[in-house]
Amino acid sequence: MNQYDSIVVGAGHNGLVCSNYLAKRGKRVLLLEAGERCGGLASTYEFHPGFKTSVAQYATHLPKRIINDLKLRDFGYASHKLDLEALSPEGDSVSLRSGSLFGASADDMAAYQDYDRLLDKFAQMFQPFWQKTVPPIGNNSLSEMLAFAELGLKIRLMGREDMQEFFRVIALPMYDLLDEYVSSPLVKSLLSWDALIGTKQAPRSPNNSVLHLLYRMQGDSEICVNIQNLVEALTQSAEANGVEIRTAAPVESIQISQESEALAATGVVLESGEAISAGQVISSADPKTTFLSLVGSEWLEIEFTNRIQRIRDRGMVSKLHLALDGLPAFNGLDSPDRRLLLAPDVETIECAFDNAKYGELPEQPVLEVTTPSLSSSDLAPEGKHVMSINVMYTPYALKEGWNVSAREALQESVVKTLETYAPAIRSQILGSELLTPADLESRFHVSGGHWHHGDFALDQLIMMRPTHGAAQYKTPIDGLLLCGAGTHPGGDLTGLPGFNAAREALS
Amino acid sequence: MIVTMNSFDLATEKPKPSHFQPRLDELNIKEAWSAWNGYKFAEYYYEVEYEYFCVRNLCGTYDICPMQKYFISGADAERMLNRMVTRDVTKMKNGRVSYVLWCTDEGRLIDDGTIFRLGDEEFMLTCGSPSTAWLKKSCVGFDNLTIRDRSDDYAGLALQGPTSCAVLKKMGLTGIENAKPFTIHHFDFGGKPLMVSRTGFTGDLGYELWIDAEHAVEMWDALYAAGQDYGIHPFGEQATNMLRLEAGFIMPGYEFNEALKTVHFEFDQTPFELNLGWMVDFKKPHFNGRSALVEEARRGPKYTLTKLDIEGNKPADGSFIYNSKRCTTDIGYVTSAMWSPVVKSNIALAMIETPYLNGELWAEINYEKELRQFHKVARCKIQDAPFWSPERARLTPPSDF
Repeated sequence: MNQYDSIVVGAGHNGLVCSNYLAKRGKRVLLLEAGERCGGLASTYEFHPGFKTSVAQYATHLPKRIINDLKLRDFGYASHKLDLEALSPEGDSVSLRSGSLFGASADDMAAYQDYDRLLDKFAQMFQPFWQKTVPPIGNNSLSEMLAFAELGLKIRLMGREDMQEFFRVIALPMYDLLDEYVSSPLVKSLLSWDALIGTKQAPRSPNNSVLHLLYRMQGDSEICVNIQNLVEALTQSAEANGVEIRTAAPVESIQISQESEALAATGVVLESGEAISAGQVISSADPKTTFLSLVGSEWLEIEFTNRIQRIRDRGMVSKLHLALDGLPAFNGLDSPDRRLLLAPDVETIECAFDNAKYGELPEQPVLEVTTPSLSSSDLAPEGKHVMSINVMYTPYALKEGWNVSAREALQESVVKTLETYAPAIRSQILGSELLTPADLESRFHVSGGHWHHGDFALDQLIMMRPTHGAAQYKTPIDGLLLCGAGTHPGGDLTGLPGFNAAREALS
Repeated sequence: MIVTMNSFDLATEKPKPSHFQPRLDELNIKEAWSAWNGYKFAEYYYEVEYEYFCVRNLCGTYDICPMQKYFISGADAERMLNRMVTRDVTKMKNGRVSYVLWCTDEGRLIDDGTIFRLGDEEFMLTCGSPSTAWLKKSCVGFDNLTIRDRSDDYAGLALQGPTSCAVLKKMGLTGIENAKPFTIHHFDFGGKPLMVSRTGFTGDLGYELWIDAEHAVEMWDALYAAGQDYGIHPFGEQATNMLRLEAGFIMPGYEFNEALKTVHFEFDQTPFELNLGWMVDFKKPHFNGRSALVEEARRGPKYTLTKLDIEGNKPADGSFIYNSKRCTTDIGYVTSAMWSPVVKSNIALAMIETPYLNGELWAEINYEKELRQFHKVARCKIQDAPFWSPERARLTPPSDF
């Protein structure tokens, strides 16, 4: 008799969502987390005495369905508006507030209306597919064929012109798309950002920045800025539904048996040596960790193993956390209570990517700055603040290695960049924490330190995420499923991989 | 840049000499060369049937320098190979050779070959086609091993036929008569290590000799000096193809199309289709293609490679197989065929749709007589045992001749 119906490996938000849905359906579920607390990259921890933060800073598109199903509001989940504003060192700014562009020229503002109408239409069309299991290609059942037909029909129903436009722009680099609509450098930076952040894509990279943007346009239009609340709500909701959560319980291996004709997952062994059996093991770890470390290639087919090995999952974002003595003053800004983009134009973004592409630090880093202590006052002592900075682009494998001097050089160039926008900030810094992609990998057990467990690229999306043979949450091994960001639809704090995986686990 | 026709340099396309080339050149009086894996390689030396009869009645040598030879060693070597091939490598004892198959994820045959277990953590894998890419893929997740491709610096020579053991004894390989089939033995050859395995591709008594390339010619000379009174001769590819067919062995390009080189969907084969299901061990730990092969074993193979004894004496090369003499529905095709001098039968290997194996089988044979084309329909009988399997191939110690 198995001790549990399901073991979910990893209490990141997808592991929490998946285990919760299973428990809601009466399954006995054990959720295992390697870290001291739940949340994975969204877990909140103290990085400097008295100052707390999490790597993930905002959830832009948590689906209403998950919020309602799991009654997250009952457990303290709240969403707010969080605008994105691009600053210039001179104090100019343009911003996106509630779907409208502010501070731009009349031409750009008018063009933005058309741009937004089009993308919004595409986003609406895609909306249902993020919450579906997309069938594999070939030998499909009728119901699977209908899923494809539905997508085809939705594309067709957009009308001839929009359909043509959809196919034209879907894999277009952001640079080219924005060039067709707007002209201000700062507006281009602003509009390109959400298509780029977190992936190995620059404004001029082809492949699917646009699709990435559409993915980010789904769900709750409001944004959850209090990540600590979100993770606590997810954790409490899971516990309320009967999920047994064990933290500081790193999994050493997933156990596979070959007693029947097919391979089957039978449980896990913890690093402590403890073996726990279950009818199902569901991993929210990234695909490489799951298959190559926890399962082991000897249980897998050779081509499949190589496809997993080839997943492009090297993160490009470093995180700098600053403990500040007070609220920093940005040129021309009353309060830094939004997402601030410090990238004067798309060329600067592109050049930073070029440096990183060849294993170097960016000569001019581009930064996304938030001040989470403004919305969650318990993150810092009174009157003091926490600043969280996404630094693009920094290579996972820095040519010279992530040694002390490279880390100091990166931090210095970030602070120097900040100073051009907030001249007094250096004197306000009480403490800091720099997390390179390599740090994110070792600290949060995520291959390549990639936020999304694998790049957003056409060959790694939808029915190919993470690769065929494991893209419908089930894997070649019976009773082993994936529920992490490496599966459809992908990363960010959406809970959708966990939601979809739970449905497959119950089927 | 000005491009002219003569700027195309084809010199690199010229086949490399074998490690035995100085001797092969002397013996190949017909200059009948082709190439195998980039090596100059004899189709025949004097005449196919002459070479064939040498092997069946005396002994012959076959140059296997172009075979791929991979030395795989390290703590993970056994696990890696065991996951790659369909037989259980963990059951192999040191000093043994095993015939193995390896398949794609979908259970289609990539290639066959032999594994030599040289130690607990040391193996030699030999095969007919370069397999570096597949080996590299197979190694993902097995970090404690190294693979040395010794295809170019390790010479191999097969010595096959009834007098082969006597020749090796005369050459000074003391105790070789006690070598059982599929075993490996090491000898000192004038201070150089010489490895001999009792293996081959002719179905007869035979051995394969392995030595560092720089001593290849010296070994050849010693072998030929010892073999002078035992009728030693070289034999080429065409005689080999006759010999292996009598033994019922499959050959790439005839019975199977290597899966990694197959373009059309399922124009490659599974081990079950090739009647090699006995080499697929479902009880061993997981191996590549296992789940697909479990399914295939449950469902039964679409085709089955079948040994046929065909009436008459016209070889059925390229024939269709039908389920009635009227030849209305073709149910298979011949992959290799010959008149077998040693069995005195018209033999063939054929791929036949499995459901038809219990019914009548007819081959439509096209043949030529002095430029005129003829055809006949001949009844085929399925044969289960190998066409040719002499007692001496298994006997230890074998008699001298």
